[in-house]
Amino acid sequence: MLYIKCPHCGMRPQTEFSYGGDASVKRPELNKDISDQEWDDFVYNRKSLRGKHLELWQHISGCRQWIKVERDTSTHEIFRTFRADEEVA
Amino acid sequence: MSQNFRLENIGLINRDKKLSFKFNGKTYFGYEGDTLASALLANGVHLVGRSFKYHRPRGFFGAGVDEPYAIVQLYRNNETEPNIKATEQELFEGLEAKSVNCWPSVNFDIGAINNFLKIFLPAGFYYKTFMWPKSFWYRIYEPFIRKAAGLGVASIKHDKERYEHKYEYCDLLIAGSGPSGLSSAYAAAKNGAKVILAEDKPRFGGSLLTSDVNIGNQSGKDWADGIIAELKTMPNVVVKNRSQIFGYYDHNMLVMSEKVSDHLPSTKKYHPNKRLWYIRAKEVLISSGSIERPIVFGNNDTPGVMLSSAAKEYLKVYGVLVGRNPLVFTNNDSGYETAIEFKKHGVDPIVLDSRKNPKSEIIDEAKNLGINIKNSYVVVAAQGYKKVKSADIASISEDKKQLGKIENVKCDCICVSGFWTPTIHLASQSGNKTKFKEEIDAFVPGQSKQNERTLGAANGIFSLEETLKTSFAAGSELSKKITDNDNEVSVPNVVEKKSSQHDKFWCVPLPEGKNYKRFLDFQNDVSVSDVEIALREGYRSIEHVKRYTTLGMATDQGKTSNLNGLQLVSEIENKVVPAVGHTTFRPPYTPVSIGAIVGREVGNHSKPTRKSPMHTWHEKNNAVFVDAGVWLRPRYYKRGDENLFEASKREAKNVRTNVGVCDVTTLGKIDVKGPDAAEFLNRVYTNAWLKLPVGKARYGVMLREDGIVMDDGTTTRISEHHYHMTTTTAQAANVLSHLEYYLQLVWPELNVNVVSTTEQWAGAAIAGPKSRDLLKKLFPNSDVSNEGLPFMGYMEGDLFGVKARIFRISFSGELAYEVNVESDNGNFMWEKIMEIGEEFEIQPYGTEALSTLRIEMGHVAGSELDGRTIPYDNALEGLVSKKKDFIGKRSLQRAAFTADDRQRIVGVVPIDKKTSIPEGSHLVKDANAPLPNPKLGHISASCWSVEHDNPFSLAILKDGKNMIGEKLFVMSPLKNKIIPVEIVSSHYVDPKGERVRS
Repeated sequence: MLYIKCPHCGMRPQTEFSYGGDASVKRPELNKDISDQEWDDFVYNRKSLRGKHLELWQHISGCRQWIKVERDTSTHEIFRTFRADEEVA
Repeated sequence: MSQNFRLENIGLINRDKKLSFKFNGKTYFGYEGDTLASALLANGVHLVGRSFKYHRPRGFFGAGVDEPYAIVQLYRNNETEPNIKATEQELFEGLEAKSVNCWPSVNFDIGAINNFLKIFLPAGFYYKTFMWPKSFWYRIYEPFIRKAAGLGVASIKHDKERYEHKYEYCDLLIAGSGPSGLSSAYAAAKNGAKVILAEDKPRFGGSLLTSDVNIGNQSGKDWADGIIAELKTMPNVVVKNRSQIFGYYDHNMLVMSEKVSDHLPSTKKYHPNKRLWYIRAKEVLISSGSIERPIVFGNNDTPGVMLSSAAKEYLKVYGVLVGRNPLVFTNNDSGYETAIEFKKHGVDPIVLDSRKNPKSEIIDEAKNLGINIKNSYVVVAAQGYKKVKSADIASISEDKKQLGKIENVKCDCICVSGFWTPTIHLASQSGNKTKFKEEIDAFVPGQSKQNERTLGAANGIFSLEETLKTSFAAGSELSKKITDNDNEVSVPNVVEKKSSQHDKFWCVPLPEGKNYKRFLDFQNDVSVSDVEIALREGYRSIEHVKRYTTLGMATDQGKTSNLNGLQLVSEIENKVVPAVGHTTFRPPYTPVSIGAIVGREVGNHSKPTRKSPMHTWHEKNNAVFVDAGVWLRPRYYKRGDENLFEASKREAKNVRTNVGVCDVTTLGKIDVKGPDAAEFLNRVYTNAWLKLPVGKARYGVMLREDGIVMDDGTTTRISEHHYHMTTTTAQAANVLSHLEYYLQLVWPELNVNVVSTTEQWAGAAIAGPKSRDLLKKLFPNSDVSNEGLPFMGYMEGDLFGVKARIFRISFSGELAYEVNVESDNGNFMWEKIMEIGEEFEIQPYGTEALSTLRIEMGHVAGSELDGRTIPYDNALEGLVSKKKDFIGKRSLQRAAFTADDRQRIVGVVPIDKKTSIPEGSHLVKDANAPLPNPKLGHISASCWSVEHDNPFSLAILKDGKNMIGEKLFVMSPLKNKIIPVEIVSSHYVDPKGERVRS
């Protein structure tokens, strides 16, 4: 069971969180004309990385904030966590 | 029966407390502090079971967790539990146990015929034999194997025992209380670290309980007792015996099973049977010691053949002699320690040492005691069926290939030592990459992945002096890092005898003309020849060999067999052992009760139960409940001997003719507040929201980004910046997360807050032609006329002093209202509605009538919004704005979603107007078409239309738009039904929607 540092609440067990997928995906702006390919990339296409992965989790049984977690998908090592509004370089 | 093999002046048992117990129906006596195994051995009982495959007689091989044979069925306090190791089960007064894997009895076992048929049961026999004729598998082979195999019988009764879960955090978790565990725990505790020290056995001390060493000026055991006594007084230390750490998981979380009550005749009141600890540790020290491994020889599974360390433990801890005429067969000095203990207690052992001329302090002591030692000698085969009677022994050449002349010596037990295997399971589970250590012919932990460190024998360090030195240092260093204290603890002096190098010898060759079974894995009956066959048949990877032969599988997980198996593969394949590699160690290290894993979450506690504030009223009025997610909702209210069908029909009809009331508290409710709330709703829903006035409700549909309908519901503008959103019962939690996602991550610039108010409001839907008359009497001070409160209108009202929200919305298609009051007033509201509604012939209705009403109206619900449909499919495309953008809009342009023959909701009526249509059935054009018959659609919901008094269903049908009037067939292979049907509009009642506006 992972041990995740919520930027708002501190270290909490994985059971308090729900997973939200790739955090690097940006939703296309509203009312913008975009190609099928761009839309498919946003909705469906994911890289399924092995290694460092920036992903979303929601602290669903805690502060209910969505957070960003930088995790190694093969070792589960968590490097850093961020608030939803933090830009990750 | 008397305890003939019990010695008077040795052991840690309590001789003042004699206990009686039964094994296979016969009564025996033992002492408090015995295990079932030691008590049986004290009584001279060696035969405890039959082996898994060949049903050969089996005895005791070990004295603890590594035991592969002595698995019994335990009876305790009118309960039974399988898969109990006799070597771990502590004795209590009245204990009852039986052998497993034998029928009709352990002494006469019919399955033992397999022993003579073993030529037919080679490696992979499950895969090779019993394959034909096919029908024989189910009727003959499988039932026979089921009866023959298996390690006991699970109880089919409800388990009355209680199991608990506990969550704990600590600085250092130390697994094992041997010399390294005690030293590191002591050093860390002195630095103020929060320490948990876990020991799987009842007694602390590990190898110090049986080894002949001195620490400081005391015996090893006295030193251990002193350390434990001091640790127990320290507030920062938790010391737990009977507690097995069986799994090492991610981020330094380990799970430990504490046997709270297994050693007692019955569980004490308010105590659990077992307690499962989830421990998150900053640092983990693995001091799990090592397990002696056997040397392989002929018939090495005969009862009376056991590990030499086990023989020593039975002697020193339990005062039990495992034989009076022992033979010790060793390739290292450990066998001598056992021989010396025998000799000290008046028994003359013979030692066979595979080494030519070993020299050490221990061997000198054995020689000085006059022990008969034969160098370059091996046991070729044990003789005897249900018990060792003698051994065939022979000298062996230096290259270990040639045997000398075979001699037979009388003996009643063979104590075997093939050196020590570090217990690296926890380290390996943590992700540690293990490495092979040539000097000890075994794997030890390598590079750590998590915060763990392995100490002492588990790390391949067999010198006590070095173990103490490194363990004290590790405890100090790691605790200092956490607490910043540096209280130096001096390492005590150690007096131990030096040992000599072991012999890299593990398997005795077969003498010419003999074909003894030489077992590698005792629990699964895997012999040397089985592994040879597997390799001959082309299995190369050790993981494949394991699965094909079952080597190292089952409840002991190869604790005594793994390394010898690897040695064999490496020899045949001509590879070094590290190149063969070992199979993956997976949790649990030892079997864990399912009850302990489940904990308290059984029966009604397996999930939370949510009840509306009106639940008690429903109960009192004969409601029959149904699970709706975690909610309990009335399905119908039973009158007399009505069944579900009759009751729901009555309730639905009463809504169409008079008025009904339904508890809708379970609907999800979300408060949406803030200056940008309208803009937010406009992006979330498919329809327009910017112009909804205060005091009005609107029905809305929300999509996922892939264009699929996520949920629907009405949202009401309570005030300028305050909206009250409703969701379906099932989707309430998902919708809230969905809204939070967009507000926090996608459009953080919107000034909006959302919060669940589901539990704050109790809701009652009042529906039927007489509902307005009822409402007028409920709210005499409010204008609830068609003009005062039009369709989709909202107002606040005063319900006899209670503040209420009144929504004019309808799910049933009738003139209808929904009244919400604060939850605490829910029951008051309900009783008022029922009381005043009496004159309008009001009846409560449940979810079944609710479904009937919505189905015949063609209102979609969860069975249509099933995660596969878009707005068009549900005839909701009118609610999809062409002007504005919203979540999921771009996906609606996809070709499949705009195809001319796109699926769409329709109504379905059986031609005979009688046959009810099973939900989930398929719609086909031709009932007699060859299979697979092309599917045109499926039935999503079925009811008995109370308006038309015949069956009616909704279906999602290909090209549904152009299918009205078509005649098709409903097919349900599950119910074996073919029903001719006609496709009609999904709006089967009041297609123009006049009633809701009346």
